[in-house]
Amino acid sequence: MTQRLNPMRIGIYLLLILFSGLFLVPVYVLLSSSLKTFTEVQDLSRLWSPPSGLYLESFRSAWFGIPEKGLRGLGPNLLNSIYLTVPATIISSMLGSLNGYVLSKWKFRGANVVFPLMLFGMFIPYQSILIPLTQTLRAMGLGGTLWGLILVHVVYGIPITTLIFRNYYAEVPTDLIEAARIDGAGILGIYWRVMFPLSLPGFVVVIIWQFTNIWNEFLFAVTLLQKPELQPITVALRNLAGSQIKEWNMVMAGALIAAVPTLLIYVLMGRYFIRGLLAGSVKG
Amino acid sequence: MVLPSIILIAIFVYGFIGWTARVALSKWDGIRPDYTWVGLENFRHLLVGQGTTARRFHIDLWNTFFFTLLFMVACVVAGLLLAILLDQKIKGEGIFRTIYLFPMAISFVVTGVVWQWIFAPGTETRLRGVNALLHNMGLDALRWGWYTDTTSIGPFHVALIPVIIAAAWQLTGYTTAMYLAGLRSIPDELRDAARVDGASEIAMYRRIILPMLQPITLSALIILGHISLKIFDLVFTMTGRGTGFVTDVPGIFMFETTFQGNHYSQGAAISIIMLLTIAVVVVPYLIYSFRREVEL
Repeated sequence: MTQRLNPMRIGIYLLLILFSGLFLVPVYVLLSSSLKTFTEVQDLSRLWSPPSGLYLESFRSAWFGIPEKGLRGLGPNLLNSIYLTVPATIISSMLGSLNGYVLSKWKFRGANVVFPLMLFGMFIPYQSILIPLTQTLRAMGLGGTLWGLILVHVVYGIPITTLIFRNYYAEVPTDLIEAARIDGAGILGIYWRVMFPLSLPGFVVVIIWQFTNIWNEFLFAVTLLQKPELQPITVALRNLAGSQIKEWNMVMAGALIAAVPTLLIYVLMGRYFIRGLLAGSVKG
Repeated sequence: MVLPSIILIAIFVYGFIGWTARVALSKWDGIRPDYTWVGLENFRHLLVGQGTTARRFHIDLWNTFFFTLLFMVACVVAGLLLAILLDQKIKGEGIFRTIYLFPMAISFVVTGVVWQWIFAPGTETRLRGVNALLHNMGLDALRWGWYTDTTSIGPFHVALIPVIIAAAWQLTGYTTAMYLAGLRSIPDELRDAARVDGASEIAMYRRIILPMLQPITLSALIILGHISLKIFDLVFTMTGRGTGFVTDVPGIFMFETTFQGNHYSQGAAISIIMLLTIAVVVVPYLIYSFRREVEL
C-alpha cells in the first residue's frame, strides 16, 4: 500500500521535524558555543548566533586547560575514563556471560530466588551502599584509586550483564547443550565449546551498554576519587562547569569531548544500543 | 560458577545495605565512625524535627514527588506520541529515531551542563539563555527566573520545571524506543481487521492499540520512576540544591551532608529512606515479572 501525501501525512512530517528541532537545540548550543572565541562567547547580544568562524581554541583549552586562570584541562581525565571503562566493561561482560549461561541452562535449586535478588541490585539507589563502600575500599587499600572504581563497576554491573546474557542464552536451543553433554563435556567445556562461540551478538550488546554506563557514571566517581588527576571526565567536566569563572566556550568544548565516545558508539551501533536498553526493563 | 557473583552481590548489595541501616541508627557524626546506638533518632530529625534538617528534607520529598510525577508524564506522553508518529511508515524513520534517541547515549553531566546554559536567567541588564532569546523576539513578558526562581505554588517549586525538561529531553527516547518496539509487535492484520470493521484510525488506537501497550507503560513507569527517585548527577550539575532548596533532592542532600559535612548517620538515614521509596515501587514489579515468567 503506497502512502499518498495528504494533509494528515504532511502534518505528521511537520510534527516529526518540529520535535527533531527541539531535540537538537542542546546540540546547537554545544556546537555553536564551543566553536566561538572567548570574546565572542561573552557577547550576550550574540548568545544564540552561530559562531563567526570556526575557532578551535576552546578545544585546545578544554584539553590542555588554561593554567594562568587555574583551569585544568580534561585530556588526562579522558584517559582516566578510558583506563576505567575498558577493563571494567570487559570484566563485567565476562562475568555476566558466565552467570547468564548458568542461570539460563543449569537451573539449580533456588535459582528462581537468587536471580530476582541479584536483579534488585541494579535498582537500588547507590547512595544506600556508598558509606560502607568507601570504608571497605579504604580498608582494602583501594580507596581513591581507579582500581577501586573498576571493582565497583564490575560488582554493580553484575545484575544488568547477567540479565542481558540470561535472556540472550534462553534463545539457544537446549539440544545443543545436550549433545555436548553426551560427548562428555562438563559445565565449563560446554560454555567454551558451545555457548561462547555463539555469544558475539550478546557481547556486543552488553559491551556497548556497560561502556556507555560506566563512561557516563558520576556518583561513584565523585565520591570515591578525590584527586583531580585521577578523576574520570564526567567529574572533571562538572568541576569545570562549577568553577567561578565560566569560560563557556571551553566548558561546551569539554562537554562535547566527554560526549563524543558514547555518541559515536550510539551512531555506529544504535541497533545494539537499543537492544541493551530494552533488555534493561527486566523482560525485554 | 555463579557463586563468586552471588557472594559479591550478597556482600556489596545486601551486606552494605544492612551496614548503612546500622549507620543510620547510630550517632556517627564526624570523620571517625561512631556506632553508638540512637534508635530512630536520625529519622526523627529528618521527618518530624523542627530544624533546618527537617525543613530541607520535607522540601526534598515534595520536590521528588513533583519531579517524578511530571517527568514520568512527560516521557510517557511524548514517547507514545513520537512512537505512534514514527510508526506511520515514515520516510527517513531511521534519521528521526536517531535524533530522538541520541540523548540517552550521553552523560547526565553533559546534559546538566548544556541545560544549565540554556535556562540560565542572567540579570536584568545581562540576559542569558532562553531569556535573551525571548528578549530578542520581543517576548519579555515570558521571561522568568527559570531554575533560580523561588516562586512556589503550594509545595511545588516552579524552578523544577527546567530540570524536568532536561530530564525528559534525555529519557523521552527511552519510552519512544519501548513503545515503538511494542507497536511493531502488533500484527498488521489486527489493524486491517479494525479498518475493515469501519473503525476510524483514532478509534483503532484508542480501543485496540493503546490497551495492548499497557504492559509497556507499566515497565516504562517503573524504570523512569526508579531513575527519578534517586536522581542526583543531572540536578547536581545543572542547578545544585538551589536558593532555598528550590531544586534540592534527597540524592544531593545525602551527598552533601555525608561527604562534605561528615554527618554520616544522617546521610545514611536519607539513603535508607530513598531505598525504601524505590523498593516499594520495584519489589512488587520484580515479583510480578517473575511470577509471570514461571507460569510460561
